[in-house]
Amino acid sequence: MELDIINDSQKSTAKSESLIRTPSLPLISYKGQDKLALFFLRFCALSIFAILVLMIGLLFKMAMPAISMFGLDFITSSDWNPVEDQFGGLAFIYGTVTTSFLALIIATPLSIAMAIFISQILKGALSKVVSMIVELIAAVPSIVFGLWGLFYLAPWVKSTLTPFLKNTLGFLPQFQGPSFGIGILSASIILAIMITPTITSIVREIFNSVPQIRKEAALGLGATKYEMIRIAVLRPSLSGILGAVVLGLGRALGETMAVAMIIGNNPTISKSLFSPGATMASVIANEYAEAEGDLHLSALCYIALILFAITFIVNLAARTIIWHNNRRSQK
Amino acid sequence: MRKLFVGLMAFIAMNTMAATQINGAGATFPYPLYSKWFSEYSKENKDIQINYQAIGSGGGIRQLIQETVDFGASDAPMSDNDKSKATRQILQIPTVLGAVAISYNVSEVTANIKLDGDTLAKIFLGEISKWNDPKIAALNEGLKLPAKDILVVRRADGSGTTSIFADYLSTVSKDWETQVGRGKTLKWPTGIGAKGNDGVTGAISQNDGAIGYIELAYAINNNLKVAALKNKAGEYKLPTVQGVSLAAAKVKSISEVTNSIVDADGKGVYPISSFTYILLPVKEKDAKIVEVKKFLKWALSKGQNFAAPLHYAPLPKRLALEMLKEIK
Amino acid sequence: MRSPETYFKIRKLKNSLFHLVVLISAICVMAPLFIVVAFLLQKGASGFNLDFFTNIPKPVGEIGGGMKHAIIGTMIMVSLASLIAIPIGLLGGIFLSEFGKGKIATLLRFATDLLTGVPSIVIGIFGYLLVVIPFKSFSALAGALSLSLIILPIVIRSTEEILKLIPNHYREAGLALGLPRWKMILFIIVKGHLSQLFTGIILAISRAAGETAPLLFTAFGSLYLSYNVKAPMASLPVQIYNYAISPYKDWQSQAWTGAFVLITLVLGLNLFARTVFGIKKLRRK
Repeated sequence: MELDIINDSQKSTAKSESLIRTPSLPLISYKGQDKLALFFLRFCALSIFAILVLMIGLLFKMAMPAISMFGLDFITSSDWNPVEDQFGGLAFIYGTVTTSFLALIIATPLSIAMAIFISQILKGALSKVVSMIVELIAAVPSIVFGLWGLFYLAPWVKSTLTPFLKNTLGFLPQFQGPSFGIGILSASIILAIMITPTITSIVREIFNSVPQIRKEAALGLGATKYEMIRIAVLRPSLSGILGAVVLGLGRALGETMAVAMIIGNNPTISKSLFSPGATMASVIANEYAEAEGDLHLSALCYIALILFAITFIVNLAARTIIWHNNRRSQK
Repeated sequence: MRKLFVGLMAFIAMNTMAATQINGAGATFPYPLYSKWFSEYSKENKDIQINYQAIGSGGGIRQLIQETVDFGASDAPMSDNDKSKATRQILQIPTVLGAVAISYNVSEVTANIKLDGDTLAKIFLGEISKWNDPKIAALNEGLKLPAKDILVVRRADGSGTTSIFADYLSTVSKDWETQVGRGKTLKWPTGIGAKGNDGVTGAISQNDGAIGYIELAYAINNNLKVAALKNKAGEYKLPTVQGVSLAAAKVKSISEVTNSIVDADGKGVYPISSFTYILLPVKEKDAKIVEVKKFLKWALSKGQNFAAPLHYAPLPKRLALEMLKEIK
Repeated sequence: MRSPETYFKIRKLKNSLFHLVVLISAICVMAPLFIVVAFLLQKGASGFNLDFFTNIPKPVGEIGGGMKHAIIGTMIMVSLASLIAIPIGLLGGIFLSEFGKGKIATLLRFATDLLTGVPSIVIGIFGYLLVVIPFKSFSALAGALSLSLIILPIVIRSTEEILKLIPNHYREAGLALGLPRWKMILFIIVKGHLSQLFTGIILAISRAAGETAPLLFTAFGSLYLSYNVKAPMASLPVQIYNYAISPYKDWQSQAWTGAFVLITLVLGLNLFARTVFGIKKLRRK
């Protein structure tokens, strides 16, 4: 009986000890725990590499028949002919590049102005509200812009913008030819709307990081606000702005749904901005599930691979520019 | 965490209780009728849901070969090349007939215009680019045609409707045959591409000056003008269910159902008519295939009554009976 | 030679002109949001009724039907995608901020940015090749996996950026208590800044909820309400797309209503994340 009691009390002390978890007896040493945790964290982080490698590998495997068939001629040929099993991606590359650059031409000045407006002109709560509105534009799903573009923007481009451009810039080949609203110009405008918030928010950050003392120095010398912004804010930020623009380009290149809905999906290379076109992303969206021939499917994967490669280069460029910029501003 | 787990289990339990779902994909051409069929069939057989996605005939065949769907649908019969890619034998069952209507939207023109094969080919080749072109005017005396640009609307996806249309143009126009040819996806000389019969119809009705080819039901449901086409007998015929049935008259037995019936001989024939098919892999023991076969038997008998009101031509009686025997 | 007065006037004029240009540009930038929302309200609100939320589509050409199946489908797939991506993303972000030194981490940051930049349609193809083909069926699971690839890099980078802002003395204090590093990270760094981390997560989810392209070849579409994750499933964006390009007036107006619901959901989540959690952040300081 007594023995039992002793035993019990011993048990209970053992129990209470295990509840407190005496620091002297961890199952695994702290170092071991940390190693384990680090291993786990690293595993999760490295999954990104695995995904990318798998993605490139799969695309490459699928694109292989087209790569071995057409090689690099694929990039220089615009002959996209599923009937004859002849595939060339130039028309799509042209469409992607044209719409993206046109979008940049529209979006860059607007974004810079918007960033100036938010960071230099507005103050306090108002600046916060306006910058939130801009961020909300970035959040609008691409399908919604596509829907709006199809039913309102394209008809407006046809009825209002095209006649205006024909009357003012009609001597240029870019602004000639019939317009049906649906086409490169409308797609570019939609893209411009979609990338403006991206560029604006990065440029705004850059402007905000300009030391106050420089701005005050400029104002102290008697500069007007315009001159101050030009000298103290814009000039030192130029390379950063370039980085932001390149990032915007990255977003424009890959945009799919909104563009596919209003570009007209016609893989021809035309000088006129009113004419329909096709982009790399839009042709994949339209033909991928439906391609019959194996070579056709493979050619679409080839396009996806090229799109991937372009995204890679653009992101690398943007990162390099921003990295250099950061290093310079730290000095 | 535990709540999540319980939720997940409940979720899985719910899945197992749900009705049998059969997945199909393919042609947009018969979609207005098919969606009616599937909805009616589900009303009669509560435990069966047929989920049909109208992604185009090319997609139907592709996804059938990839075995990602239980059955496919196409307006163009499978080529031998396609059949060789499939690991299973595939049964092609005609379900109904339809017409490819030449539909247009020109605000000034309220009457039905007349076109012949050659003019139509020239429009889609981009050689005729204005509505008041002399070639169109010559066919439509007395009709005031505006000097508007023609916007050709065609399919952007792999399409059986395209295949029927290209087959017709290749039959009636040498230029078309040599420059473009036949196929479900083509290298189009002009125009804008839209997705599905839906997309083309939408693009036509939104753009003044547009012309395109769509299944008759789409044109009628959306109040679009259609052109009267010159048939082999020299008559100008508007697309009608009757004109389609007459075009199919020459098909005598089910061994001929995959033959083209465009530009058929005979009076009253509408020249761009076609069968549309459901593609079914032959797999004896598969429960889903059995269900699809049950549905097809229903479609070929009772289902045929829905065809004409929705502007499709039912299969000739004899063919339907023969086909029913074939399905077993 | 211009007199100093005119020179000054010109400078003044330039200055006001500059202000005007900036103001007009700002209006141009913000206008699309208001125009789009106004159109959605005008065109979408009329179809905004109970039927829309309780019905599934009717056969072609018949008036009526709704998008219940698509709304539920979007919710299921976005939840599944979050379940996959958020834990991995959080842990990956913690790794980058707490242990992210050296070449591998730099490469990893670049890889994450690259994944953010991968066109969503390419992610769709990836999902098709990786899941749909091997399992021989379009499935909600494939759709969720594709969406998770949208969420993952955003969560990683936002987590990293938030955690990096936390001053080092928090970490030092934690370690000085004798905690193992992982406990310090979990209970001091992460637990103490949950609301900011939530902001990043919700923004990532709202982005995924509006994506169409990754779902086209993966979740495909469905006409029925389905809870089966191994079968095709409808989603709001894909349903809007299908209806938007259709010629039927009734479907088009349902597309507008669907877009109205989608944008309410997405912008609502956004505003919620930015304001509610934003205020908390201010109070904490």
